[in-house]
Amino acid sequence: MSRSRIGLRLAALGYLSLILLGPLAMLFYRAFAHGVSGAWTALNDKDTIHAFKVTLEAACIAVPLNTLFGILCGLAIVRGNFRGKGLINAFVDLPLALSPVVVGVSLFLLYGRTGWFGHWLIGNNVQVLFALPSIVLATIFVSLPFVAREVVPTLREIGQEQEQAAYTLGASGWQTFWRITLPSIRWAVIYGVVLTTARCLGEYGAVAVVSGSIQGKTETATLRVQEEYENLNYAGAYGISLALALIAVLVLVAMTFLKPHEKAA
Amino acid sequence: MAFLSVIVGLPIAALIAASTHTGTSGGFWHVVSSTEATAALKLTLGVAALVALTNAVTGTLIAWVLVRDDFRGKAIVNGVIDLPFALPTIVAGLVVLALYGPRSPIGVNIAFTRTAIFGVLLFVTVPFVVRTVQPVLHELDTEMEEAARSLGANGFTVFRRIVLPNILPGILSGVTMAFARAIGEIGAIVIISGNLPYKTEVASVFIFLRIQSGDQAGAAAVAVVLLAISFAILLTVGGIRRLATRYERV
Repeated sequence: MSRSRIGLRLAALGYLSLILLGPLAMLFYRAFAHGVSGAWTALNDKDTIHAFKVTLEAACIAVPLNTLFGILCGLAIVRGNFRGKGLINAFVDLPLALSPVVVGVSLFLLYGRTGWFGHWLIGNNVQVLFALPSIVLATIFVSLPFVAREVVPTLREIGQEQEQAAYTLGASGWQTFWRITLPSIRWAVIYGVVLTTARCLGEYGAVAVVSGSIQGKTETATLRVQEEYENLNYAGAYGISLALALIAVLVLVAMTFLKPHEKAA
Repeated sequence: MAFLSVIVGLPIAALIAASTHTGTSGGFWHVVSSTEATAALKLTLGVAALVALTNAVTGTLIAWVLVRDDFRGKAIVNGVIDLPFALPTIVAGLVVLALYGPRSPIGVNIAFTRTAIFGVLLFVTVPFVVRTVQPVLHELDTEMEEAARSLGANGFTVFRRIVLPNILPGILSGVTMAFARAIGEIGAIVIISGNLPYKTEVASVFIFLRIQSGDQAGAAAVAVVLLAISFAILLTVGGIRRLATRYERV
């Protein structure tokens, strides 16, 4: 028994090192191939800094909107009772199963020159494609489900007793939400926000289609990685990748700390 | 709900409408049945199926080791599993290329091959099966297994007859989500695959290149195929979930 157990352990760890850990270790090695200063110079580039700014801007708009939507949507799915509830449920999950490129193409076809809104947008001189609005729209789309997915099971678990008690004691709908519902789902919301943020910062496929990746203008951090790699500027590509990977590790640490809270709530 | 229809509904509707238009490249079936599009779709489905199957085995194995085994550094390994969820996919591609690319320190170069697509998809899909099987395995009582063992069943029989039926819904929903991810992935693939038509061009990259070259109808047609696959996958996952909860009630 113990021999087969060690065999299974070695097989699992071997697979993980081959597929996951080995490549990750190489990232650190490559990023610091020219020392810490080399990695720093690569990051301290005008267009790279701008790319990070664009990514942050998109995330700063998408995360609060999706948080609000996620909570509302969670409440509607669990507490609501109306026609088309199943449809909403399915549409919320769609971004999880859909290719980001398909998301990008859909937005492109909607807001593009020949799209449904294209004519109106050109007439009113509004630039959506190849500009920040399209990046924001794409980011919102792909990171839509995360808060809702975390909130739904928690809402189901806490039940309605406390809310009904508050109601009978004369609390308004708003008061009940603010004093009873929100505090009991707060860890689920925070956990969802962390996941949403990670998804926003890492988005590539949808943004690649709609942004046009114009250097110093609509290039996001992930698009910058590709640009640097294709220009054979490996120090830059690995430097930015390392920065993004460090953010991912922070997200991971946050997730690990929040998980026990979420289960307790 | 207006937010949902503006953000998700409208673009999807526009996509479906555009795919029915006859553009420069002819109608929907003309594009989808063109040899390059068929090759890309076939490659995508084939690799995704292979990735999903591999994950069924390795994901279950990793979940089992994380729940039933105990060793130093287990908490770290457990944390690292989620990294592909948090890491931008373009970084995932670059990372795999760093070890298995042209300047590989171990002399293995798989860049611009189908093996590379397979490898990088394994990287991004690691968490799916592990995270759906782990909680079920955690809650599974070991009493049944001990009883089976005391009645003379060997390790493999215990796994096949007792453990597997319990974790099967978990494996299936994890595998389906991994399959969906593998079908739609682009960021991780675009750098490492070389995107050679008929050889290493997957459906998502095909769509991307078409839209960049201005062929909107061509991009829309293949995009609708992926959209249909996504809906099918969501229905499957929903079905598996219902099946699993029905077992619980019995």
